[in-house]
Amino acid sequence: MVIKMWLNGKLIEDVIDADTLLLDFVRKHGCYSVKRGCETANCGLCTVLLDEKPVLSCSVLAARAAERRVETLEGVREEAEEFGGFLADQGAEQCGFCSPGFIINVLAMSKELEDPSEDEIKAYLSGNLCRCTGYMGQLRAIKSYLDQKKAVVS
Amino acid sequence: MIRVKNYVRAASLEEAYQLNQKRTNVVLGGMLWLKMGKRSVQTVIDLSGLGLDQIEEDEEKFTIGAMCSLRELEVNHSLNSCYDGVIKESLQHIVGVQFRNCATIGGSIFGRFGFSDILTCLLTLDTYVELYQGGLVSLHDFIKLPRDNDILVRIIIRKDRRSAVYQSFRRTRTDFPILASAASFTEDKLYLSFGARPMKAEVLEINRSDLADINTEEDFKNFARDTAKKFKYGSNMRGSAEYREHLAAVSIYRALKALEEVSYGN
Amino acid sequence: MNSVNSGIRKKDAMALVTGQPVYTDDIAPPECLVVKVVRSPYAHALIEEIDQTAALKVPGIVCILTYEDVPDQRYTTAGQTYPEFSPYDRLILDQRMRFIGDAAAIIAGESEKAVDRAMKLLKIAYRVLEPILDLRQAKDSEIVIHPEDNWRALVEVGGDPKRNLVASSKDAMGDVDAVLAACDFTVERTYRTKANQQAMMETFRTYTYLDAFGRLNVVSSTQVPFHVRRILSNGLGIPKSRIRVIKPRMGGGFGAKQTAVSEPYPAIVTLKTGRPAKIVYTREESQIASSPRHEMEVKVRVGADKQGVIRAIDMYALSNAGAFGDHGPTTVGLTGHKTIPLYARAEAFRFSYDVVYTNHMAAGAYRGYGATQGVFALESAVNELADKLGMDPAAIRELNMLRSGDVMPAYYGETLNSCALDKCMATAKKMMDWDEKFPARDMGNGKVRGVGVAMNMQGSGISHVDTAAISIKVNDDGFYSLMTGAADMGTGCDTTLAQIAADCLGCDVDNIIVHGVDTDTSPYDTGSYASSTAYVTGMAVVKTCESLIERIRKEGAGALDCGYEETDFDGSRVSCLKEQKSITLKNLANQAMCGNETALFATESHSSPISPPPFMVGMAEVEVDMETGQIELIDYVGVVDCGTPINPNLCKVQAEGGLAQGIGMALYEDIVYSEKGKNYSNSFMQYKIPTRLDVGNIRVELESSYEESGPFGAKSIGEVVISTPPPAIAAAIYNATQIWIRELPITGEKVFLGMKENE
Repeated sequence: MVIKMWLNGKLIEDVIDADTLLLDFVRKHGCYSVKRGCETANCGLCTVLLDEKPVLSCSVLAARAAERRVETLEGVREEAEEFGGFLADQGAEQCGFCSPGFIINVLAMSKELEDPSEDEIKAYLSGNLCRCTGYMGQLRAIKSYLDQKKAVVS
Repeated sequence: MIRVKNYVRAASLEEAYQLNQKRTNVVLGGMLWLKMGKRSVQTVIDLSGLGLDQIEEDEEKFTIGAMCSLRELEVNHSLNSCYDGVIKESLQHIVGVQFRNCATIGGSIFGRFGFSDILTCLLTLDTYVELYQGGLVSLHDFIKLPRDNDILVRIIIRKDRRSAVYQSFRRTRTDFPILASAASFTEDKLYLSFGARPMKAEVLEINRSDLADINTEEDFKNFARDTAKKFKYGSNMRGSAEYREHLAAVSIYRALKALEEVSYGN
Repeated sequence: MNSVNSGIRKKDAMALVTGQPVYTDDIAPPECLVVKVVRSPYAHALIEEIDQTAALKVPGIVCILTYEDVPDQRYTTAGQTYPEFSPYDRLILDQRMRFIGDAAAIIAGESEKAVDRAMKLLKIAYRVLEPILDLRQAKDSEIVIHPEDNWRALVEVGGDPKRNLVASSKDAMGDVDAVLAACDFTVERTYRTKANQQAMMETFRTYTYLDAFGRLNVVSSTQVPFHVRRILSNGLGIPKSRIRVIKPRMGGGFGAKQTAVSEPYPAIVTLKTGRPAKIVYTREESQIASSPRHEMEVKVRVGADKQGVIRAIDMYALSNAGAFGDHGPTTVGLTGHKTIPLYARAEAFRFSYDVVYTNHMAAGAYRGYGATQGVFALESAVNELADKLGMDPAAIRELNMLRSGDVMPAYYGETLNSCALDKCMATAKKMMDWDEKFPARDMGNGKVRGVGVAMNMQGSGISHVDTAAISIKVNDDGFYSLMTGAADMGTGCDTTLAQIAADCLGCDVDNIIVHGVDTDTSPYDTGSYASSTAYVTGMAVVKTCESLIERIRKEGAGALDCGYEETDFDGSRVSCLKEQKSITLKNLANQAMCGNETALFATESHSSPISPPPFMVGMAEVEVDMETGQIELIDYVGVVDCGTPINPNLCKVQAEGGLAQGIGMALYEDIVYSEKGKNYSNSFMQYKIPTRLDVGNIRVELESSYEESGPFGAKSIGEVVISTPPPAIAAAIYNATQIWIRELPITGEKVFLGMKENE
C-alpha cells in the first residue's frame, strides 16, 4: 500500500507493507537516529514524536501514522544540540545508543510539564532505559537544561 | 512478530464489525501486546478514524472512547479528581509515557489481561463497556465473558460518591504487578478487586453492614486474612501463590484503613 | 596537567547526541544478505537430519549452511590473548546441540521476510539427549557434554571434558584448616549468583564483505578486534592475513562483546557466497544465546580472633561455564584473587575451584569478570562474621584492609604501591552518615531502614599479558593523529587517550585526532577488557609521545642547525637553548613534507608486570516494608580510588553506571529456566534491568591515590565499580530485618519468607 507522511517537516510518499513498523519506515528514510533495542516495547530507544506526542515507533504501524506528522532527532537538530550539550558536559551520553530516544522524550517532557520536580522528571522518562550511566548524569543534565531555560524566560 | 497482509482504517463501526467477524482478522488497539505474538493476520482493523479518542463528561457519567490512550486517562483531571486519583495510580507505573501514549483503553479492557492494572481498578468503580453488538454490559459481567468478535466501542464510568484506593506491588517500579489491588466504598458496599494473581482481576462485593463488627486491630487483620483467602492465586516468575495471598491480606487491611479515613466524613 | 584530570566532553559526544549514523547497522551496505541463525529447541540433542528442500525454494534465499558445511576444526570464540586459556571446543555449526538456543543452521537471504519464512520451513530432526541443567550435578556426571575427540586445551588449566570439567585448580598459603580451627569466631556459608546479562542497549551485530583484494572485511560491534581476527581465522580455516576487522561506534559492551558472538555467521556466509552479509541479533538472542556472567556457587569459610583480625579465608567456587569453555578458566581466578587479598592480615588462605560444563548457554565476560561473584560471597561472609563478633562491619574492614606498601600473597605476590582504601571508607562513612544510621532505624510507619557496607578491588590490565601499542604522527600544520587498537564502546577512551597525549605533547586535546580500530592499520591492542585501557594503553600513549618528541627534537635540531642535546620542545615549538632561535611545530611539520628523512611518526608498545588494583567502598541504605518484605533502595554511596582520574566526569559516570548494574544484579535481575532448560528471562519484559526509578540516589566520590606505574598516576575504573552493591544491599537488608539472603537477586518475597521462618 502507498502512504503519505510528514517526516521531519517533509511530506514523503512510499510503498509499505501492512505490517511495516514506523521504526523501520523512518530508518529506511534516513532517520538512523531511531534505534531498535528490544522486541517488547520496554526500552524506549525507538521513541519518536507522532503529532508531537512521544510514542514507541516499534509498536506503531507505519500505516497508522499515515497523514500524520512524525519527528525524529534529525528533525529537531537545534533543540537536540542544545540539550545534548548539557548531556555532553556531564559525559552522560556514553555509548549514545539510548540518547536519541531519550532526548526526544526529554524534549517532549519539557513541553508537556511545567517546572517538573525530580520525581516527575524520573517518572516521565521511566520508559527510557540506559545501561551505561546509572541515570544520574542524565538527571544532572536535565536539571541544568531546565534551569537554563527558566533563566532565559525570566 | 505479528505478520499482517492488509491494513484497513475502518470508515464506520459497521465496517469494522463486519471485518472482525473473520477469524483471521483482528482489531488494532494499541498494538503493544498484539505485536509480540507470532500470529499471521489477514486484515488488521484500525479504529483510529472513528472519533473514539474522546473522554466526555456529563453529570452522571464519564464516557471514554475505546481508542483513548492510557496516558489520556492518566492525565485527565476530572476523571481523576472524581475517583480519588485511582485511575492515575493504576496507570502511572506502566512502562513509560511513550508506552501509555500507544496503549488504548479499549485494547486493555477487551483483552481482559491477567496483568492488567486498569481492569483491576475499574472493577471497583461503577463501570460498563459498550459493545457494538452486545450493547451495554457491566464490567463485572464482561470479565466473565469469553473473547469474541464484537467490538468494544466505549467505556462508561458512572459517577457516585464512592471512595476508592489502588495499590500494587512490583519488583521494579514499572514491571507487571506481583499483585494489583483495588478497593472502593459506596454508601453500603465494599468492593475488593485483585488482579495479576497472576490471573485476571476478580471482584468481591461485601455489604458494609457486615463490617460493623470489625473494630479492633485484630478484627481488621483477621478480616483481611479471611477475605484474601476468598480469591485464588498462582505462582509464576514474579511471585508465589503464598506470597500473593499474603500481599492481598496486607492490602485489604491497608485499603480499609485508607477508605475509613477518606470516607469518615460520609 | 591541563587535560588530564579535567572533565572535558568526549570527542564523539555531539555526533552521538544528534543521532548521527555511526553504529554498525547504520553504516552497513543495504545490499547485505540478511543472516539469521536457526536455534536448537533442545538443551542437549544430536541433529539427525536437516531437510532444506522447502526452505531453499523460498524466493530470495541464497544459502543454508549446516554442520556439514563448516570446517571441522574446533576453536574458541572467547577474546583472550593467544594462547588462550579457553579450550578449543566449538565449531561454527556442530551436530551436537548443547543448549536451548545453540546454533543449528545458518540461513542467508535477500530480505528478512524471506529468511523468516525459510526458518519456518527448514526441517530439522533431533535425537533428544538428557541434559545437565544443574551446575552441582555436572562434575563426573554420566552425561558428557563434550565427548568429541578433537576437543583440545592449548594451556593446562585443569580441564577434563570427560568429567565435564573446563578448569580446576587450587592455590593456598599456610594451613587454612588449622588457623580456622584456632579462630575465636568463624562463619561458613554458601552464596549463589546468577548468569546475569550485560544487556547493553546495542545488541550483537556484524556485517562482512569481500574487498577489492578478496579479503574478508568484518565490521563489528566488538571489544576485541584483533582477537576476532584470530578467532575467525581459526573457525573459518583461513589465514589471518585474509581478514580485516573494523570497529565503528559501539552501543555498549560491558564484556559481552569480548566474545565473538555474532561474527562467525555473516563471515562464513560471505566466504561461501562472495556477497556482503549482515546479522543483527534480536534482544531475545542477546538474552538466550549470548555471553553472560558465570553462574556461581561460592562457599566461604572465614575466621577471626576476638579483636576482629581476620586470620584465615577458605573459598571454593563452583562456576557454570555452560555449553562452552570460553571465559570459564579465566573468570574464576578473579573470584578468589581479587577478593581474598583485601584482608591483608590473613595468615592463611586457600582458594580452590571447579568450572563445569552444563547445557546452558555458554557464559562469558561481564564487568568484574569473576571478581563480582567472589565479592558477593566474601564481603557477605565478612559482614556475617562482623555481626557474630558484634563489631561494626566498617570497623572490621578498617582493621583488616590493605594498605599502601603491603605485599599481597593472594594477588600473585604483587606489592601494593597505591591505595586510598582507608580514605574511601572514611569518606563513604561521612557521605552515608554511617555512624548515625548503622545498623538500622525504625521509621515508625511499619518500615525499617538498614545500611550495609562492602569493599572491593579489581585490577588494571592483566600483568605480563595485556599489551597495547600506540602510534602517533605529526601532520602538516602540526596536528596529531593518534592511532589505537583499544575499543571505545562508549566509555570514552578515544578521548581519554587523547587527554593523556595532549598533556605529554603539551598541546590542546582538540589538536589530536583519534583513529581506531582497523586491524589493518591500527597498532596492536589486546582490546578493551580487564580494565586495561587507561592503565596499559594509556602508558603506551606516554611512551609513544616520548619517542615522538625525540623525533620532533631531532628534526628541529636539523632545522635549527643545533645539537640535539641543546634542543627543547615545549609543545608548540622546538627551541635551541644555546642560541635564541626556535621553530614552531607547525612550520617544522610543514617543512617535513619536503626533502625529509625523519618521519615524525612514533609507535611504542607497553605491557605491565603488575596490575595495580583500584579500590572501592560501597554503602547502601534500604527501606523494608516489614509487613510485605518489599524493598526500596533509598541511597547508594560509592567512593573509588582509581588513581588519577584522567577525565573525572567520565570516571563518575562509569562509577554511577557500574553501581546501577550492581544494583540490578542485587535486587532485580533474575534468570529463570524451565525444567527442560529453556531460558524464560529472554526479553526486557522478563529480565528487569533497573529503570531510573529503581536505583535510588547514587552518589559517587573519588579518593585518588597516585600510581607511579600508571599514566599520570592513573590505575583503572572500568570494572571495580560494579561489585559492591550485592553484598552492601544484602547486609543493609539484614540489618533492617535480621534476614540474610545469600542467593541473588534479593526480592521482597525472599525477605517475607525469611521473616516468616523467623517467627
